[in-house]
Amino acid sequence: MTPLQGCLLVSALLFAIGLAGAVTRRNAILALVGIELMLNAANLNFIAFWRYGPHPEALSGMMVVIFSIAIAAAEAAVGLALIIAIYRHYRTVNLDEIKDLKG
Amino acid sequence: MSPAFVIIAFVTLFAAAAAMSLRNLVHCALSLVVALAGLAALYLQLGAQFVGFAQILVYVGAVAILIVFAVLLTRSDATPNQAILAPGWIVGILVSAVVFATLGWAALNSTGLPKEMSPAPEATVRNIGDQLMTQYVLPLEVIGLLLTAALIGAVIIAMKEEPQKTRIEDGRLKMEKPSGPSSILHPPSSSGGHA
Repeated sequence: MTPLQGCLLVSALLFAIGLAGAVTRRNAILALVGIELMLNAANLNFIAFWRYGPHPEALSGMMVVIFSIAIAAAEAAVGLALIIAIYRHYRTVNLDEIKDLKG
Repeated sequence: MSPAFVIIAFVTLFAAAAAMSLRNLVHCALSLVVALAGLAALYLQLGAQFVGFAQILVYVGAVAILIVFAVLLTRSDATPNQAILAPGWIVGILVSAVVFATLGWAALNSTGLPKEMSPAPEATVRNIGDQLMTQYVLPLEVIGLLLTAALIGAVIIAMKEEPQKTRIEDGRLKMEKPSGPSSILHPPSSSGGHA
């Protein structure tokens, strides 16, 4: 197994853990944490392909990861603000009890 | 595959699994910090110093604090008595396992991956700054705009709604009513229009 494949396997496992947490946990905050883990797994893939790719001097993968980190920070801020607003409205962050839009 | 990589990867994956499976939300947040720091160590080991330190600053420093504050503000720091997993969680676990199997199979069996390691690239902060200011200057500006808009939006969303707001607006409306035209949407018909 080459180092690139090791990185890809770690990233795939991290993505699967984040996906499992995001779809199975009842707490809205932990669903957001799962999404963050999935974003980080994608970032690890970018860094691995940048490091072991044919043209690492172009810095493309690194630039994508820098912008991706900035976007993930914005996403976390807006998502947690939404969770706080939802908690103020429903008095809970349990995703199974927030179902008023279901009709 | 150096031993350091294997150790860091195991710590990261274990902490991520703990962050997704513990009952107490504060413990979950702390495990998440460990997982994100392990990812930063992986970046450093892969030769991406700037990204590794940015990961520590942004994730370990800011996002983890945000999550801890959200746990605090929603008063969900107590260990829940009921089940922590949603009904139908077995389907979610199965879907995740299928996703991991597919990704892992693709990573292990792909023939297009480069076999030999290229020499470690030169990625100094100076190079990154040069690239950010020349080739990637437009994405940089767009990211700045996005961050500004997202943070203002987050403040507005999380702002406390004031119950007296409608009353004040009604009072202002009543006071403004007698003086002059109240709206620009209905201009007088005699002066408007085309000649």
